[in-house]
Amino acid sequence: MTSYLIRNVQILGGAPQDILIADGVFREIGTGLTAEADIDIDGHGLIALPGLVDLHTHLREPGREDAETVLTGTQAAAKGGYTAVHAMANTFPVADTAGVVEQVWRLGQESGYCDVQPVGAVTVGLEGKKLAELGAMHDSAAGVRVFSDDGKCVDDAVIMRRALEYVKAFDGVVAQHAQEPRLTEGAQMNEGQVSGELGLGGWPAVAEEAIIARDVLLAAHVGSRLHVCHLSTAGSVEIVRWAKAKGWDVTAEVTPHHLLLTDELVRSYDPVYKVNPPLRTAADVEALRAALADGTIDAVATDHAPHPAEDKDCEWAVAAMGMVGLETALSVVQQTMVDTGLLNWEGVADRMSHRPARIGRLTGHGRPVSVGEPANLVLFDPAYRGLVDPDSFATRSRNTPYRGLDLPGRVHATFLRGTATVLAGELAEQGGLK
Amino acid sequence: MKRHLVSTADLSRDDALLILDTAEELAHLSGRSVKKLPTLRGRTVVNLFFEDSTRTKTSFEVAEKRLSADVINFSAKGSSVSKGESLKDTALTLQAMGADAVVIRHHASGAPARLAGSDWLHGSVINAGDGTHEHPTQALLDAFTIRRHLNPGTGHDLAGRRVAIVGDVLHSRVARSNVHLLTTLGAEVTFVAPPTLLPIGIENWPCQVSYDLDAVLPKTDALMMLRVQRERMNAAFFPTEREYSRRYGMNGIRMAQLPEHAIVMHPGPMVRGMEITAEVADSPRCTAVEQVANGVSVRMAVLYLLLGGAVFADAPADASRTDSPEAAK
Repeated sequence: MTSYLIRNVQILGGAPQDILIADGVFREIGTGLTAEADIDIDGHGLIALPGLVDLHTHLREPGREDAETVLTGTQAAAKGGYTAVHAMANTFPVADTAGVVEQVWRLGQESGYCDVQPVGAVTVGLEGKKLAELGAMHDSAAGVRVFSDDGKCVDDAVIMRRALEYVKAFDGVVAQHAQEPRLTEGAQMNEGQVSGELGLGGWPAVAEEAIIARDVLLAAHVGSRLHVCHLSTAGSVEIVRWAKAKGWDVTAEVTPHHLLLTDELVRSYDPVYKVNPPLRTAADVEALRAALADGTIDAVATDHAPHPAEDKDCEWAVAAMGMVGLETALSVVQQTMVDTGLLNWEGVADRMSHRPARIGRLTGHGRPVSVGEPANLVLFDPAYRGLVDPDSFATRSRNTPYRGLDLPGRVHATFLRGTATVLAGELAEQGGLK
Repeated sequence: MKRHLVSTADLSRDDALLILDTAEELAHLSGRSVKKLPTLRGRTVVNLFFEDSTRTKTSFEVAEKRLSADVINFSAKGSSVSKGESLKDTALTLQAMGADAVVIRHHASGAPARLAGSDWLHGSVINAGDGTHEHPTQALLDAFTIRRHLNPGTGHDLAGRRVAIVGDVLHSRVARSNVHLLTTLGAEVTFVAPPTLLPIGIENWPCQVSYDLDAVLPKTDALMMLRVQRERMNAAFFPTEREYSRRYGMNGIRMAQLPEHAIVMHPGPMVRGMEITAEVADSPRCTAVEQVANGVSVRMAVLYLLLGGAVFADAPADASRTDSPEAAK
């Protein structure tokens, strides 16, 4: 295995140190290391963080390989500094059986760029009617612990209750896409000032908050674990804060785009801003940032949702919902959380690696950068400035809302168990991987 | 108003008055035996209708023909559009055929804005109604009608005139276009509707809001009734048709509460017995039929100004010229 000596790198933004990576682990950490390595990396000015963990990624394979494959998606993840991603279940066929989750898991193993932890569907076909074989998915090689009908809400209170109860048997968690379906029929964007003016169907905040309120109560009632996907409103933050204060086992994630963008962008009618849950108001953005800073929101999750060009190059109403986000997440977090003083790099490591790994029960990820630990690492250059160029993306899709935007920072290198998946900002040759 | 007409919010007061004054001039034409002008001879105007609309489409077609334009009707039904062709490919097709202007009616809010903002086609885009967003030429013909009755004369605006717009504001593109245009022209707009049929955030619009039609009537110079679809009651926007009519329908008794000079308007099609009774619809105060005639004049004015390469007040002169179809040749 190739060994790496990274000199003068700031671990979690601390004082410069050297890191020796060999045999898949952090072999030595300290100042002025004298060890020999195959490759020396000048870490001056770079921040070292534990490899990032995404709780919410759409890899689209099987079924929509025109939008993304496990290979291109994990390459995008590596370029974004991720060493593990949770692949959402809304594929074709749906990942609601042991067979499909094992297939996705195996494709991830073969890619080598990033660990892929499949998420299992809560209900058969994401239809919200009948529980999928959650136990079989857990017992499979994929070892599923996170279950979600993401894209759809498990809106039936009884099904949700049973799912929460059932997954307790194997320490699972239900990750809920909170969207009351009746309140969001025909919904096209956040319901508020802008939707009224644009004449687009409204997606009211209450449709998210009502489900979260119900779900935290259900989780408390049955003593189970609930994870709230892509929380997007100030009201949702209040409910999660309340549930946590009660001591209930509730966690929540926020996407990078909800930390930065608002529904004012929809005035262009450009579907690149169409996403579910929708972009909200500046007051919501403010509340989400504060909640991520104080830990009410546990994790940043990308909701990376690739779509082919034709699904966005059309009128708003028929456009697909979603944005790609793996390759820009850390930059957006730097801009919205670090450069604003809301979070330091230690905090970023907590929200983008430690806590998401803990929520997903990934034992090999989200671990400290210390001697003997598996060498999952990202080197990030926060001083870099550049315009976002989607043509440089590894993802197969280009539906980014940040095109041409001046975002700070860039991933310099990513290591997965000691193997470089990204070096000098470029994907490592696959031949170099195991 | 650049080279497109997508929203009345884009119109300055001077733009709006120019359109109304031009329409006034063109209106004289309809009194003549030969109603045609050669202005747009050799120019191609496409009516791209993704939604059935006999009234608006016919009105545009008459306007286009009176200006001698070559008119192409491209309706979604029976065309490649109904076979799943994208808006983009349809637009590219029209561009390749040399459309100088595209009049678009679409069920999706923002579709005309997408066309105008894209590089799919280079001609002028005229919004003939998009979803629940806007219907700018309807607002222009409404303003034209109001001015004729309440402040006649070229160069005149609607300063201080009180316009009440009653009905399904939530789903109305007519209401949205009118609130921008009428306030730009100085009118005071009041929306009257049950709270369920008003959009969230309306308190920040440049208008008053009332739930009480009877209270508003005596303070109204022009009363605009919006169509209310019966199906709305199935989604619980109001309990029954009868209850809606009782609270928000226009009838003879209510008409008597209006000031003597006030007019009753309706963009059509009217749902008689729902938002308006026959007694009101057929009364001399109701301008519904007159609005149809004015619609032709106003649409002629818009086509004349957009395709004639007029430079509007708020558009930089150079930009307008390079953008104009004339310069592109």
